[in-house]
Amino acid sequence: MNHLVIAPIVTPLLVAALQLLVGEKHRRTVLVLSVASCSALVLLAAALMHAVAGEGALAAVYRIGDWPARFGIVLVADRLSALMVLLTGVLALAVLPYALGRWQHRGGHFQPLLQFLLMGLNGAFLTGDLFNLFVFFEVLLAASYGLALHGSGARRVSAGLHYIAVNLTASMLFLLGVSLIFGVTGTLNMAALAELIPHVPERTRALLHSGAALLGVAFLIKTAMWPLGFWLPRTYAAASPAVAAMFALMTKVGIYVLLRLGLLLFGDGAGPASAHFGSGWMLWGGVATAAAATVGMLGARDLAKLAGYNVLVSSGTLLGAIGLQQRAVTAGALAYLVISTLAIAAFFLVAGLLASDGDDDTDDTLSLEPYVQLGEPAPNESLYAQEDESRVVISAPIAMLGASFLACALLLAGLPPLSGFLAKLAMLAPMLDAGARPGAGLLFALIIVAGFGTVIALCRAGIQIFWVEPERIFPKVRLVESASIAVLLGLCLLLTVLVETPLHYLRDTAGQLHAPAGYIQAVLPPAQVSP
Amino acid sequence: MELVLAAAIGILAASGVWLLLRPRTFQVIIGLTLISYAVNLFIFSIGGLRTGADPVLRDAAGDIAQYTDPLPQALVLTAIVIGFATTALFLVVLLTSRGLTGNDHVDGEDGSA
Repeated sequence: MNHLVIAPIVTPLLVAALQLLVGEKHRRTVLVLSVASCSALVLLAAALMHAVAGEGALAAVYRIGDWPARFGIVLVADRLSALMVLLTGVLALAVLPYALGRWQHRGGHFQPLLQFLLMGLNGAFLTGDLFNLFVFFEVLLAASYGLALHGSGARRVSAGLHYIAVNLTASMLFLLGVSLIFGVTGTLNMAALAELIPHVPERTRALLHSGAALLGVAFLIKTAMWPLGFWLPRTYAAASPAVAAMFALMTKVGIYVLLRLGLLLFGDGAGPASAHFGSGWMLWGGVATAAAATVGMLGARDLAKLAGYNVLVSSGTLLGAIGLQQRAVTAGALAYLVISTLAIAAFFLVAGLLASDGDDDTDDTLSLEPYVQLGEPAPNESLYAQEDESRVVISAPIAMLGASFLACALLLAGLPPLSGFLAKLAMLAPMLDAGARPGAGLLFALIIVAGFGTVIALCRAGIQIFWVEPERIFPKVRLVESASIAVLLGLCLLLTVLVETPLHYLRDTAGQLHAPAGYIQAVLPPAQVSP
Repeated sequence: MELVLAAAIGILAASGVWLLLRPRTFQVIIGLTLISYAVNLFIFSIGGLRTGADPVLRDAAGDIAQYTDPLPQALVLTAIVIGFATTALFLVVLLTSRGLTGNDHVDGEDGSA
């Protein structure tokens, strides 16, 4: 058996336990352990990716306790899982230096919680069993509750209260869905479910569908689909920047599961009654989310909330794209997923630095000016009209933050020449192809509009922050903090240059997802399949 | 028996949802607890209701039809443990919020105040 598959789950678990034993007093040891763990995760994920990306390679399967897949729990690593695990590792390693700057000392146990979050994320990406997925979801949520509250303060606790209540309710729906599916089919193994669903009798098919729908609602709450996503901007804006940057990946867990289960259980092979079940909801939900998020983004009066609405735009776009269930669109959507996660994480970090005024224990947010009604004079028109005497000295931190802000804006809006544009192109170009489902055209138009909205909102914020009142920011940027941002944006730049290799991998990934027979065969080898 | 169980699950879930939508944090946590009871009972019942049947084989020669499905019981045990832990965590946050804001409204402030 290939122990590589379980390594990304066990490593952070052991490291977190060790960090708790070492204790908060030995900061240096805890820190070294964290860096070692995150670096190990990146290497492990790369090895995993290499192992599953070979020509004609099936998914790597790990049977826990070596029980056969129908009885025991399996972990399955295919191309998509390996990609998500790699993204998790890279994001954690990139965000880690930022957390070292000042944020991690605002409260206890930042590093162990981060490791538990990584364990939950990797577990959710790798598991091949629905109930096991629930357990890993709870692990990552429990860690995220701790991280969201990191630093405390009334604003965080109040946002955290809502976040926890919403997620506990979602977990209940998750359990209901899982138990309904188990009641109908008698198994929770995803591959076995995919095999059974075409043969479910008509009598119980409605029950199966309601179970799947409940499960779907639980994931849509995590993905923050409109109208289930009102908790997101507030929670993410209240969380400390390093945490919010990690959370940029959390909505993508929901996307991952919807993509995986949508294509595995309700793909073309699910029989006429169940094929494409729920895909219409994802498509129209995605359209509604992207539209609502664009409006929210234009109305946001706080930079961190603006970043939160960008998460929603990204969620909506992805939901709509995977709801189309077309191979080429899925490949592009995966590219967009990677780029938007990295860019939003970088944006949260930049917003955090801009909001801090150099003081070590502020929880400031950077608020923006309200819109002015037509005909009324702008409250600070004099500032806009003021002619500067060209004696503006641009300090190094402001130049760094300005350049990062610009890069984030280009990536998020999907403008050339950066990789955000290439990812959007890869997703949008096949969307209008022949045979597209109704709604594809609307989604296409909406994604363009959302990009335009992003440009307006970020231009407005950028002009206010960097041009109009540059004296109001006194960022004291530390080297480690800028290193985090530089790594995240550098990766996006690298993906702009090396676009062909990743896209090739993603096309194969989409191919694998749309032909789940290979996945099923890897988990349940033919000898084991009951007649 | 089915009717009683179904009614119990329904009443628990309905009361839970009602309480969950109330404005006081204590009502919310009781609501969440009631919903989780309803869900746990529901999971327990998906294997079919049997009275006096064992979930674990006593001897190797038993007839499988005399046993009840053990898997829902294992699932519900896990669900109870996880639900208990997260509810406890929620309780801590609730008390912190009470301490920081001075009232027990879910938004941290009374609408009337």
